[in-house]
Amino acid sequence: MSDQRVLLDFEGDRREIAVYEEAGGYATLRKALKSDPAELVATVDTAGLRGRGGAGFPTGRKASFLPKDRKPAYLCINADESEPCTFKDREIMLRNPHALIEGIVIMSYAIGATSAFIYIRGEYRTEFEVLMRAAEQARAKGYVGGSVLGSGYDATLVIHRGAGAYICGEETALLSSLEGERGQPRSKPPFPAVAGLYAAPTLVNNVETIATVPFIVERGGEWYASIGTERSKGTRVFSLAGNVKRPGNYELPLTATLRDLIEGQGGGVVDGHRIKAIIPGGSSTPVLMPDQIDTGLDYESIAAAGSMSGSGAVTVVDDRTCIVQLALRTAEFYKHESCGKCTPCREGTRWGTDILRKIEMGEAGQGELDLLLDVCDRILGKCLCPLGDAMAMPVAAFVSRFRDEFQRHIDEGGCPFVDTSPFSGLYHDHDHAGAHA
Amino acid sequence: MRDPATEQTLEGARQTRPQMPEPLPEPPRDRPLRDRILDVVALYPEPRSAILPALRLAQDEHGWLPDEAFEQVADATGLTPAYCKSVASFYDMFRLEPCGTHEICVCTSLACTLVGAADTLNAFRDELGIGVGETSEDGLFTLRTVECYGGCGWGPVVSVDERYHEPLPASEVAPLVERLRKEGKA
Repeated sequence: MSDQRVLLDFEGDRREIAVYEEAGGYATLRKALKSDPAELVATVDTAGLRGRGGAGFPTGRKASFLPKDRKPAYLCINADESEPCTFKDREIMLRNPHALIEGIVIMSYAIGATSAFIYIRGEYRTEFEVLMRAAEQARAKGYVGGSVLGSGYDATLVIHRGAGAYICGEETALLSSLEGERGQPRSKPPFPAVAGLYAAPTLVNNVETIATVPFIVERGGEWYASIGTERSKGTRVFSLAGNVKRPGNYELPLTATLRDLIEGQGGGVVDGHRIKAIIPGGSSTPVLMPDQIDTGLDYESIAAAGSMSGSGAVTVVDDRTCIVQLALRTAEFYKHESCGKCTPCREGTRWGTDILRKIEMGEAGQGELDLLLDVCDRILGKCLCPLGDAMAMPVAAFVSRFRDEFQRHIDEGGCPFVDTSPFSGLYHDHDHAGAHA
Repeated sequence: MRDPATEQTLEGARQTRPQMPEPLPEPPRDRPLRDRILDVVALYPEPRSAILPALRLAQDEHGWLPDEAFEQVADATGLTPAYCKSVASFYDMFRLEPCGTHEICVCTSLACTLVGAADTLNAFRDELGIGVGETSEDGLFTLRTVECYGGCGWGPVVSVDERYHEPLPASEVAPLVERLRKEGKA
């Protein structure tokens, strides 16, 4: 795979503004401030850039939904990276924070935002400090603040720390949280572009998406669109985790495959084991099988394989792991994070988790596997926000792809993989009774 | 306990994890809490938006969020104490009960558990002699399990007083606890 990187095309970090400027940083902002805002949005649209948070919606199109004449208007950066197995925005903020800040000011100017906010998850304390320092440096140089570089355009930036709630990564929950409420999602429509933060027009974009904008404005939409596939343009920073030799974040063009990432970058599965399952886009995405490793990493190929590219987080699970335990731990996460606002998610994530626990413990009867699928079905597509589906989709896929393994738990009255599975220490450790509440 | 395959993953993680900057010192508490809350209120178009940073300042002041803290946050933001408490209870990082000097949070989400987080957690229980959600009798340690911390390729991730240690395999738990005990006595 050719070395085609955009956002992380360097070693080490560019946290110091002088290092970033030396590499050409903030020159694009200078150019952008002399451009027509609508042209900047058109350039992003031409690039074919799609939201890197998970939904994959075209960024230029999303920006074009904001009414031009209504003020105030806001740009909110979603740095609430919380989907299990995903850690790429963290690396972007740690190593290239000024690309994010430059992208924010360019995008704010392009949509006529009166203020921008970065909503960063509370646990990312060090990353918050990196952004605060980068913003301070950018302010001192006139890239952020009143009349940016003498242009007359005011770019206000507030960096806001969350406090530990996965749901705040959902854009309307993020806005609720930023307004000082419990972070619960809102019904759409109205969409944030029409009634977002404080009911004003608001654009919500992911860190990676916005950090890519300066490169697109600098080199042109056509250049970016020349990378990747027909419908998945550019590069993406993939998070690789699980039982591989070199886990980490790897930026690859969207023509790459799971094999390029897992074997080419990550060194392949650990010695002495084979791949049992691949979770291709964060823990909410349906599991793929080892023989699907040649699937492309673009949005369409992963969808055609029966899953979703989601947050771009690929997790390799080797043959030591019990799939029922994996499904249970996944379900427990979404149960913990369900905000409780709508019934199918609130009841379904708890019920599904209870059934999975009974199966793992060997206490489930024959009918309960079908009951579990029925619970998933009663969640899918019936919730206010995607969180319910985020539990039901992977659980249903684990059952359909590994049904025999679930069946064995029922038939044998317990887990056949207790001795090898790394999750056993949470569920079956009798020296630590009640290991995982 | 040591598994060569997992060791291989952890060795790779040590190579790919970016260099982290030194943590910044704790913000000074030289002025009254109310004034420091009013500073953050001024950053936002509406005062209510400052509730999370305000609760955090109050929690840093008291070590947790007693009723007095909600009174203080409500007073400075123009909200009610009950409202502030309802918001705080929604978020995992706010403490509604007292906490030990050192808060140890072990991520037991998918990726971390695939590479040994259960062993790391159980090593903390053995070393500290407490269970999850408990505080040691000397008040030095509170142990928690947490959901995904976003260090998935560099796990097992453990946060000690809001700073990540990654990867932190079970074998490195005892030396860490010993160091914290020494600090705690100083």
